[in-house]
Amino acid sequence: MDLGRWIIGGSLRPCALLSLASVRSVHPDRLKLQCAFPLELQSSRHRDLGPVPTNNLKLPLADLHLLSNFVHNIAKMEILLGITGKDFTLIAASKAAMRGATILKASDDKTRHLNKHTLMAYSGEAGDTVQFAEYIQANAQLYSMRNESDLSPSALANFVRGELATSLRSRKPYNVNLLLGGVDPITHKPSLYWLDYLAALAPLPYAAHGYAQYYCLSILDKHHHPDITLGQGIKLLTLCTDELKRRLPVDFKGMTVKAVTKDGIVDIEFNDDKVVKSA
Amino acid sequence: MASGYDRALSVFSPDGHVFQVEYAGEAVKRGTCAVGVKGKDVVVLGCEKRSAMKLQDTRITPSKIGNIDTHVCLAFAGLNADARILVDKARLEAQSHRLNLEDPVTIEYITKYVAGVQQRYTQSGGVRPFGISTLIVGFDNGSKTPRLYQTEPSGIYSAWKANAIGRSSKTVREFLERNYKEDMDREATVRLAIKSLLEVVQTGAKNIEIAIMAPGKLIEMLPVEDIESYVKNIEQEKQEEAAKKKTGRTPGQGSAAILTRSQDEPGDH
Repeated sequence: MDLGRWIIGGSLRPCALLSLASVRSVHPDRLKLQCAFPLELQSSRHRDLGPVPTNNLKLPLADLHLLSNFVHNIAKMEILLGITGKDFTLIAASKAAMRGATILKASDDKTRHLNKHTLMAYSGEAGDTVQFAEYIQANAQLYSMRNESDLSPSALANFVRGELATSLRSRKPYNVNLLLGGVDPITHKPSLYWLDYLAALAPLPYAAHGYAQYYCLSILDKHHHPDITLGQGIKLLTLCTDELKRRLPVDFKGMTVKAVTKDGIVDIEFNDDKVVKSA
Repeated sequence: MASGYDRALSVFSPDGHVFQVEYAGEAVKRGTCAVGVKGKDVVVLGCEKRSAMKLQDTRITPSKIGNIDTHVCLAFAGLNADARILVDKARLEAQSHRLNLEDPVTIEYITKYVAGVQQRYTQSGGVRPFGISTLIVGFDNGSKTPRLYQTEPSGIYSAWKANAIGRSSKTVREFLERNYKEDMDREATVRLAIKSLLEVVQTGAKNIEIAIMAPGKLIEMLPVEDIESYVKNIEQEKQEEAAKKKTGRTPGQGSAAILTRSQDEPGDH
């Protein structure tokens, strides 16, 4: 695919401000799509779009990957952090909603409650993220209504992975990265799942998405322990956000922090005002 | 007997009846009784529960009262199997509505939807109507007004202050008509629902199910012990009344016509 190669093949820098919209305008066909979801609750984007022209350009997977890397330098600035402990899972997401070089909102909540004890945080292409997260949320809630019991965090993580995998192989895949945290309602075991838009799924004790990975994983490697308490978890999170404030070249406007415990999902007061001086 | 006009669903008989729909109404009449009563800021659903067999696990046997969404509750009378399908469709619509409109369904909307589905199954080929009537109750988002609707196999829906469907629903409805008062509190509403059910359920608390909805709250299933104390209280009151009226009369339970269930009845109602 020419455009993909052109962007990827080194001539990227001069036109780094080429917006998402203009990338799209080259291929309006990519906006037309149809996808049969396995569940009845289909995302509205995939509904009633009529037959799809058969001889359209298809983006090879590799090119698509690189193209979205380009589109996603902004998305990588969005911070998602997850930490599990003895009896909780902490999920934190940056509050800044960004578009290009502009911060549109400084109080964005990039999380959705899937059920009483499962929380999902998302980053990625604007529009895709909320659409996908709410689609997953609706299906999780539908399951709870139909079966009078909630899906476990692991079941949900695998369901989400399946949805991302089908989406990836459709004409217009969702560009969404996720952290899914929860506490099993029966065993009370905390869990954390890392998912990306390529439908990779990894259960992890602690996780991050975007550029935050480069700064935080080493800190977490050093200080994390599976038996930490919620208080210690929040301290560990503060270590991470301090480092991000010190080194990340953007102001991410603080973090929304939520904890999942056996009693459900609770908002955590988190001090965003602390100023960290760069070294 | 109906000389061929009851074979195909979408065929009228010469005198304007659609027999299959009327037969569906018969299936409803054979189903166990369900009542709904509105109070001032509460709405109560009551159900006659089929007595479980000795080896049946009542814990996981599905109930006749179910949630459509967190704020909508449905009880039905008629064929259990048909109800499962209809309830499932309603639940899907409720979540779909939340996803697309970012708002939970109103009680009227979901009633219309349920009635719409029921109607569709009276006018298309190769299907048979749903053999159930439903009572749909709940509170609209942010509203404190209780809602109670009924739907029928034909697709008719209607709003009520208190109503009954299923076996001996006429007896119960007449009882409700005599005893309904405006602006009842929670206690009085639950009591009226149980009392009206006792008109047709002779085995008492064991065979009654009560669900209570309040604004902004999840459905509350009344524990058996609580129902028992209501029943005891009601029976005592009835005895006292009977004693006051005529000393010669046998004290006991409800005096209205009681239909006893025979063993060989088809199992699905």
